[in-house]
Amino acid sequence: MNAFTQIRRNDQPIYLDYQATTPLDPRVLEAMMPYFTYKFGNPHSRSHSYGWEAEEGVEKARAQVARLIGADEKEVIFTSGATESNNLAIRGVAEFYKDRKNHVVTTVTEHKCVLDTCRHLEQQGFEVTYLPVQKNGLIDLDQLRAAITDKTVVVSIMAVNNEIGVIQPLAEIGKICREKKTFFHTDAAQAAGKIPLDVEAMNIDLMSISGHKIYGPKGIGALYVRRKPRVRLVPLIVGGGQERGFRSGTLPTPLCVGLGEAAEICMKEMDSEAKRLKKLQDRMLKGLREKLPEIYVNGDLEHRIPGNLNISFAYVEGESLMMGIKSLSVSSGSACTSASLEPSYVLRALGVDEELAHTSLRIGLGRFTTEQEVDTAVNELVRHVTKLREMSPLWEMAQEGIDLKSIEWAAH
Amino acid sequence: MSYSEKLIDHYENPRNIGSLDKNAEDVGTGLVGAPACGDVMKLQIKVGADGLIEDAKFKTFGCGSAIASSSLVTEWVKGKTIEEAETIKNTDIARHLALPPVKIHCSVLAEDAIKAAIADYRAKATQKSAKDDESPTAAQEAVANAK
Repeated sequence: MNAFTQIRRNDQPIYLDYQATTPLDPRVLEAMMPYFTYKFGNPHSRSHSYGWEAEEGVEKARAQVARLIGADEKEVIFTSGATESNNLAIRGVAEFYKDRKNHVVTTVTEHKCVLDTCRHLEQQGFEVTYLPVQKNGLIDLDQLRAAITDKTVVVSIMAVNNEIGVIQPLAEIGKICREKKTFFHTDAAQAAGKIPLDVEAMNIDLMSISGHKIYGPKGIGALYVRRKPRVRLVPLIVGGGQERGFRSGTLPTPLCVGLGEAAEICMKEMDSEAKRLKKLQDRMLKGLREKLPEIYVNGDLEHRIPGNLNISFAYVEGESLMMGIKSLSVSSGSACTSASLEPSYVLRALGVDEELAHTSLRIGLGRFTTEQEVDTAVNELVRHVTKLREMSPLWEMAQEGIDLKSIEWAAH
Repeated sequence: MSYSEKLIDHYENPRNIGSLDKNAEDVGTGLVGAPACGDVMKLQIKVGADGLIEDAKFKTFGCGSAIASSSLVTEWVKGKTIEEAETIKNTDIARHLALPPVKIHCSVLAEDAIKAAIADYRAKATQKSAKDDESPTAAQEAVANAK
């Protein structure tokens, strides 16, 4: 291992935040390197071998991404990441069909970039239905069916939630959308490469993918856009007409190649990796439950990717716990919301009490997580939760049998 | 978020964690905040016969800044009269710990906790003196018996 392929230096904390981002797989870096150096050509140059070589790299990557999701390579376009893909999919399709349709269906637990895109559409005069989720974080299919009208242009429902890791019933959603003749977009940033996805079997018309969530580079993503039956989009970025006119701009060859390689590795190793992560997830939960009473897993544990745990450690505030477990890098709710003092909107949508939402941590396990790291994490968490509970007035009151809900707290 | 050394020291080595007997006459208890807001502080003071705060204890559910703020004020109030303790301002706490702007409310809560503990102590003291007026003291009884 040299300095560039080592995942973690010894003086760094244990990384348990794989839903925020993943380290680059050294094999991905290796595939990218030539395109940073001697294969530097513009993939859109047609007149010389530098261009052809770069184009070859980009097209191979496109095919690799397509194979991961059961698509044709012509249906994959490169973007700067899942945020751009989500923006392009939802805004692009809504704008193109706005003369006939003016309604979008999504859920309350989507990533901020989907919710914000929908708010933007509302300002433009579109109607948006935000479906609630059940206690386990999954949508109710009957509610979805009832929400779709003949004015619905697109249903956008994430495949896997970034905070609680729950997997929505994609095939069932796809079937309903096809029956109701509306497009189905799914934000698969947390799902691609982690669970099997098939755009044909699942009737998915648009799918967003992120590079850095699958051990690929940051700054690259992809959008799957179905060709049969054809989905049309108004582009966000216009110019040279690259990427079938959906996304102009010179492609970042090394990043495309990295995303492709990352997708191929995920496809090859998905089964074994999922099994390994499931064991680690079980080990962590068992270890914590053995030593700590009153901890609660948020979101469905069955319909969930094995690399995610979101746990409420009752009577211990999340940020103070994170301050204690300095040797672990985890997140409290979504990293995007940690600057604000509001508890996670995703947990609130599940009906988790505000006081419990304040005690939650998101623990992300991934490709480079070891059993030893999990054991260290369990010990650290147990030690600090116990310590903080000893200094928690709420824990003391609960031990004395006082019902905290019976007290009139002064909200501040 | 990066925190000051003083804040981290109070978080890692909190002073005066624990509880005093909340039913004791010389103990004042303040419980402020709300679990739904993410912070609750319990601060207790024990006042000696000389009127000085001889002990202070706290328990806090909240972020590192809330824990540090309450730990700091237990240190500050010890040895002070309740009148002196009452003059502690949230701005002093915030300045001492170099609290970031989004955490100023933690120092406000700590100031509230002292005030609530003092109010509780005073309420108990008033009740006690009222009771004393009604029931004759041993000395008064002795005088009465001698008559």
